[in-house]
Amino acid sequence: MAGHAQLADKFVANEERAQWHDKSLWFVRHKRDNISHSIPEWETLRETASQVKLHTVAHLAQYLEEFETNAKKLGVTVHWASNAAEHNEIVLSILQEHNVKRVVKSKSMLTEECHLNPHLEAAGMEVVDTDLGERIVQLRKEPPSHIVLPAIHIKKEEVGEVFHEHLGTEAGASDPGYLTEAARQHLRENFLAADAGITGVNFGIASTGGIVVCTNEGNADLGTALPNLHIACMGIEKLIPSPDHLSLYTRLLARSATGQPITTYTSHFHGPKPGGEMHIVLVDNGRSDILGSDDFRRSLSCIRCGACMNTCPVYRRSGGHSYQSTVPGPIGSILGPSQNAKEHSSLPFACSLCGSCTDVCPVKIDLHHQLLTWRKEIYVRGLLPFSKTFPMKVMSKVFQRPGLYAFGGKVARKALRLMPRWMIYNPLNGWGRQRDLPEAPKESFRDLYKKRKK
Amino acid sequence: MPRVGLFIPCYIDQFYPDVGLATLEVLEQHGCEVDYPAAQTCCGQPMANTGCTDAAVPLAERMINVFAPYDYVVAPSGSCVAMVREHYTDLLPLTNKLQEFQAKTFELCEFLTDVLKVDSISGSFPYKVGVHQSCHGLRELRLARSSETVGDDFDKARQLLKSLDGISFAELTRTDECCGFGGTFAVHEEAVSCMMGRDRLADHRAAGTEVLTAGDMSCLMHLNGLNQRHAQPFPVMHIAQILAGRQPEGITPVNSTDGSVA
Repeated sequence: MAGHAQLADKFVANEERAQWHDKSLWFVRHKRDNISHSIPEWETLRETASQVKLHTVAHLAQYLEEFETNAKKLGVTVHWASNAAEHNEIVLSILQEHNVKRVVKSKSMLTEECHLNPHLEAAGMEVVDTDLGERIVQLRKEPPSHIVLPAIHIKKEEVGEVFHEHLGTEAGASDPGYLTEAARQHLRENFLAADAGITGVNFGIASTGGIVVCTNEGNADLGTALPNLHIACMGIEKLIPSPDHLSLYTRLLARSATGQPITTYTSHFHGPKPGGEMHIVLVDNGRSDILGSDDFRRSLSCIRCGACMNTCPVYRRSGGHSYQSTVPGPIGSILGPSQNAKEHSSLPFACSLCGSCTDVCPVKIDLHHQLLTWRKEIYVRGLLPFSKTFPMKVMSKVFQRPGLYAFGGKVARKALRLMPRWMIYNPLNGWGRQRDLPEAPKESFRDLYKKRKK
Repeated sequence: MPRVGLFIPCYIDQFYPDVGLATLEVLEQHGCEVDYPAAQTCCGQPMANTGCTDAAVPLAERMINVFAPYDYVVAPSGSCVAMVREHYTDLLPLTNKLQEFQAKTFELCEFLTDVLKVDSISGSFPYKVGVHQSCHGLRELRLARSSETVGDDFDKARQLLKSLDGISFAELTRTDECCGFGGTFAVHEEAVSCMMGRDRLADHRAAGTEVLTAGDMSCLMHLNGLNQRHAQPFPVMHIAQILAGRQPEGITPVNSTDGSVA
């Protein structure tokens, strides 16, 4: 399987597109900077939000029980799934019990992670993603490339093409207003015809048993207001202790995600609507393993705002698909290997360790430190290729002998001075394809220092 | 007189000896007794950052022993200092010896501003300077406020540079984005690494940078490597060289010719 570097190489090869992608996301990062800098207590908010999440995760079992008890009191049926397969089976069986044929789904990275759509479609159901970006990638039969902006990699002309094919819009149309209106009409038909609505969960509130779903398009509300059946799929780490803590996260989430003061719709669901049914599926799928790890536990605090993707200079230039992981970017490069270290062994290296993700994270996850720790884990588990480990072992041996190091340096510098350019810039020299090497001086600093001292 | 052990990163020793000399001179000018222990080699960062921590451990141990006799350890590299101060605890047991070593190790600019309490540097540097914030100096050592965080502005490198006569600064669109070096990242993720570097250079070009400087020669090595393939590369200088009074090669100060400012 191609690693991140190979896929990034392909993305960067289309320089114009890579530049456009970078600038689109930087625009969002810049909006985030403007709005977060308008809040003097921003750093206090981050620190408090971080502490509350760490506390909740440390007492997760207790809060989950509290949440279940209170949700049941509200008339919600609560299900537990230990992995993706169980989650998919539970959702399918609820839908089948209700004889559901058509499902509308609002954005949920958890259902992407579990590959719910193909599972339901295989059972003969029609599943329509109702977030506009999600719908676009669904029609293109590809996964989202970003968790908040799933179609950020697609240009409006390409949206015009896919809508022309599937929704019958005019050929060559690229006007965002026209295309959005077409999507609105198309989705409205689906909302009206749906037998069930599936949503994700942004926050589960332990002390009330209620859930909060944040969207900018109101699609979660439309998808749950019309059908009588609402299934909410929730990762077990989405809990917060009480409604008192909610404003911390709603203030941080939208500002970090898109630079908005708040999401357009912050919808609270406390029990089923009159005459309806509400189910919550609580999903583990590897989260308990992360909870058990001192190194990576903090990654469970993630509120999925996507700010680390928008700020990551590597993500912006390599595109979400290069990560081959439901959640891409810095947080995805921690979560991916936690799910399957072998499959995602290249992700912790798709990072220059610049630390921008850590500084932007609204819940202060030490993202770049966890990525560094993952590199060590990849090595310890024997998943790092010989081409990466061997030079490090050799260098270490040389550096343990100052005389050998100084002699080796002298030989290498002399060789660089004497060798013709074509010999230095050979295909094996990964540095030299696009960059010049530094000029090799005759004397090293240690040589000059010795002379100066005399 | 504080006794300073000069910590010169391996690639500076081999490829940029003048950066080492400039660091030595600046420290001496500010009253330090400076010594360069020749038994030092590399702090182990390339190995640790690749995940090969077992190859980094003996190098970290060597560093601690080599620098044990000094009051302070100063390096012209935010990245290597961050390795010692922030990441040696990932490699070695937390002994008093390690803690002492971490506490006395400083990046050059922060040593000048925080330990020696230097307010201003005398000299002249009549150029528009582009300051590249190296990420490890910025977000590990906190040598300046990073653009993501909210709070009072500070910047230890600029604080020192701004007292030089005639200096002005290029103001970038993206003030502190990574240059794309990232150690072995520069080779393993060559495509993204080089695009990042080209973008940084374009930002500096647009901002009118005449001389590019940074506290980390590694970032400058990467940027200069890309810049050299460009028709009109601008010179790069380590901040130690500017502070020591060196002038850039190949360009003339704008203010001295016709008085115009680029």
